Amino acid sequence: MTTSAALSRPGPRGRLAAFLHRHARVRLSLLLSAPLAWLGLAYLGALAALFVTAFWSTDTFTGDLVRSFTWANFQDLVTGDVYRTIALRSLGVAVAVTLIDLIVAFPMAFAMAKLASPRAQRWLVILVLTPLWASYLVKAYAWRVMLSSDGVLGWGYGLTATIATLSYLWLPYMILPIYAGLERLPSSLLDAAGDLGARGWRTFRTVVWPLSFPAVVAGSIFTFSLSLGDYITVKIVGGKSQLIGNVVYDNIGAANNLPFAAAVATVPVVIMLVYLAAVRRTGALENL
Amino acid sequence: MFPFMPQQAVTPVTIPASEHAVRLRGLRKSFGSVVAVAGVDLDVADGEFFAMLGPSGSGKTTVLRMIAGFESPTGGTVELGGRDVTRLAPFERDVNTVFQDYALFPHMSVLENVEYGLRVKRVPKTERRTRALEALKSVRLDGFEKRRPAQLSGGQRQRVALARALVNRPRVLLLDEPLGALDLKLREEMQVELKAIQREVGITFLFVTHDQEEALTMSDRVAVFNEGGIEQVGTPAEIYERPATAFVAGFVGTSNLITGAAARSVLGRDGTFSVRPEKLRVVPADPGAPDPVSSDEHSAEGTVSEVVYAGPATRFVVDLDVGGRLIALQQNLEVSSMDVMGLRGRRVRLVWQRRHEFAIGSS
Repeated sequence: MTTSAALSRPGPRGRLAAFLHRHARVRLSLLLSAPLAWLGLAYLGALAALFVTAFWSTDTFTGDLVRSFTWANFQDLVTGDVYRTIALRSLGVAVAVTLIDLIVAFPMAFAMAKLASPRAQRWLVILVLTPLWASYLVKAYAWRVMLSSDGVLGWGYGLTATIATLSYLWLPYMILPIYAGLERLPSSLLDAAGDLGARGWRTFRTVVWPLSFPAVVAGSIFTFSLSLGDYITVKIVGGKSQLIGNVVYDNIGAANNLPFAAAVATVPVVIMLVYLAAVRRTGALENL
Repeated sequence: MFPFMPQQAVTPVTIPASEHAVRLRGLRKSFGSVVAVAGVDLDVADGEFFAMLGPSGSGKTTVLRMIAGFESPTGGTVELGGRDVTRLAPFERDVNTVFQDYALFPHMSVLENVEYGLRVKRVPKTERRTRALEALKSVRLDGFEKRRPAQLSGGQRQRVALARALVNRPRVLLLDEPLGALDLKLREEMQVELKAIQREVGITFLFVTHDQEEALTMSDRVAVFNEGGIEQVGTPAEIYERPATAFVAGFVGTSNLITGAAARSVLGRDGTFSVRPEKLRVVPADPGAPDPVSSDEHSAEGTVSEVVYAGPATRFVVDLDVGGRLIALQQNLEVSSMDVMGLRGRRVRLVWQRRHEFAIGSS
């Protein structure tokens, strides 16, 4: 009797569940409301604030924010040779780190996805992930010790040291997307290429690379943007060299020029947008 | 053939060495402690349509992959056209493969897929184009050159895979469950078409299948695989009518075994014997009727335990009085479903000609 009563007259919870079941849109918006609010406020809001701030200025005498529109920050940025040099240097570092990571990551990811036994595969994934569990600072300082003139590597500090350290730090972010991409690539395609007469290099060039390119792009977005925004590694192993991140940091702190820092911070954002647009034009992302 | 004559598992066909498309000797493959292929000897003649038939895990696909060069054998040799290729890479062997999942390159057009092998071999562009278009035409896909594989149906993809392999004019074409992913109707069409294409191009086709009907209808000869070894090699008729082992009898068609006491009582002999269902005649077991069994026939009485009406034919499952069970297949020539369904539980006599019973080796 109790079951039939429950079926004929549902309680408030039952009615709510039934209502949500019938109204898929309400259900979806309830699910998404919290993440969307977080995304809207914390992410887009902050980004908008950054752009707005970039068009303000500070009173040179009092150091107070002047909330009126001006192009001055961007004019300084474009005309100042120092900033152009730093922007180009940052870009160069990001490109170098991305290329080095790609060269190291691709064979590693390929071995993991296509050659290793399932058991070895699991261990290799853990091995790649392990460095991510350690603190960024610990790893950067470890490189500082290795790079110091009496360290294991003994290269000294500077741009090369920065590139090496950043390449190490972001390597997992390149390996994992490529690994995932190659895992999805059917092994029979590699067999088919060999069967049709293609040797290793040709199979790579005509089959593996075009089909894993979207995964490479995904990985490069990580290494590229993380490198462009970094300022700690440069501080620790970069010697006297400065990157965009340092200019932003110094203008927020020592120089107390928040609007200019904001203007500088838009540079990596613009570079990333240009990069994504360029990648999109190749059409490689349509298969995602 | 005389009844009761023990059948040899393999009737060796002597073919001059130069006319061997494929020759396997003592081929073995183990993955760790698992033995996938346990010593296979096989000769496939030039121009043959040859099937490797067996259940999944019987080693047939592994043998195919070793012929293609995707797996290297643990032991034994692979010869193609008289040349030992055991240690050669896939790109050094004169074979091409049609993969089970077709393995078409998704980022290339149909034409680029078909041209791939020729491009790798540096065939000049005009010749390449002509041959690729010809190959597409031979599989009735002209006009589809610019499509991507994703824009094709399963049957069309299958034909592109075929064209991509055939355009290279290999010595042997390997087909791994080529029709497995197609629906029944399309599969039957492709069986006929594959056979026609093979006759036309004259290339040796070596194909793997777990579908006994496919193997019987398409091939010149069949090798039946079980547990990493070959149970029997022969023409479809030999395999079907004279299965060498109980496994072959059961895997190719319905086994219908008469064994032990039943064999002694019905046939007057010891051993295991097989009769195919369509060779059995079902007659009423009427004690008053004249004996329907002539001197060159055998018969057994039993009770119909199941009647399966299947359109053109009806399958009777008969439990024999002497033990065991036989399945009889009767064409529905003059009877309707109404008639046959009423036969369940009735006493019947199964009659067959002696020449249709075959002794089976124990395996």
